Amino acid sequence: MTTTETTPVEPEAGSESLAVYFGLGALIAVIFMKGEVVSWFRIQEMFRFQAIHMYGVIGSAVAVGAVSIALMKRFGVRTIRGEDIEFPARAAARPRPNHILGGTLFGLGWGLVGACPGPLFALIGSGLPVMVVALLGAVGGAWVYGLLRPSLPH
Amino acid sequence: MPEAVMQPWPWYVAGPLIGLIVPFVYWYGGKKWGVSSTLQHMCAATVPGRIEYFRYDWRKKGAWHLAMASGMVLGGFIGGRILSGPDDVVAISEATRSDLAGLGITDFTGMLPTDVFALDAILTVPGIVIIVLGGFLVGFGARYADGCTSGHAISGLANLQASSLVAVIGFFLGGLISAHVLLPLVLG
Repeated sequence: MTTTETTPVEPEAGSESLAVYFGLGALIAVIFMKGEVVSWFRIQEMFRFQAIHMYGVIGSAVAVGAVSIALMKRFGVRTIRGEDIEFPARAAARPRPNHILGGTLFGLGWGLVGACPGPLFALIGSGLPVMVVALLGAVGGAWVYGLLRPSLPH
Repeated sequence: MPEAVMQPWPWYVAGPLIGLIVPFVYWYGGKKWGVSSTLQHMCAATVPGRIEYFRYDWRKKGAWHLAMASGMVLGGFIGGRILSGPDDVVAISEATRSDLAGLGITDFTGMLPTDVFALDAILTVPGIVIIVLGGFLVGFGARYADGCTSGHAISGLANLQASSLVAVIGFFLGGLISAHVLLPLVLG
């Protein structure tokens, strides 16, 4: 904060910068690469319960996220533009068949390809063109889901 | 570059940093952090067809996801090629290493085994199942469950959502089946 500022900087609604999200994505992928969460080896190790690494990453991420959200709710933190933050409501977060069914299918894929969507992008950037095929598979999977959606149990 | 940055980051560094993404995205954009919606936007932007799931204003709803995913490609390069080497070895446990060696994995350099993940191996049975089908299930399952590791296991659990806990149970159920049944079948 500079002392010369007489009025608080209040960007207009809708002035979110895509550059910020681009930079955030870059930062996230650096953390993913250096934390080895994009590693197929680490995912296999996790599903074999042979090291704490991935459990430590996910567990500490959830803990930090949960404390952050609790504090934001407690102190009524608003967005950078002064808007109320809408956290997902309890009713919307009720478990439904799609969560367990979709979750299990996702897990089957995660255990095979060893990368969830974020890491797919990071791995491509790290110089693994073969992961473009995995990403195209994932986009194809999302497309087929969209096609079958009306007839799937939710 | 400080030596600590060049070394692999331990879980107690990487995990909390990932956790901070959640409040940042709420604060900056009032949004729940998640990555797999990007896949839906990519479909909506390219081949929406007449499918209702893809008929929305993806530029308005999805620009931030697409910008973030593009940034992740750059970050993968920075993290994988500048802040580490492509041949660095991930220090997995000896037990995992010997299990995977038992499945025929010989290359333990880099983030994934080139025995399986190679362009010229895609049309083999392991290549099709692990890379193509694996990717397909990740995309299909993430959209069906309405979220992936970021949206459910991180953002959703951090918000104490029961639906996310159920999804994460599914993630592990599926992952255990793949690691202990499907992979040995395909690689064995």
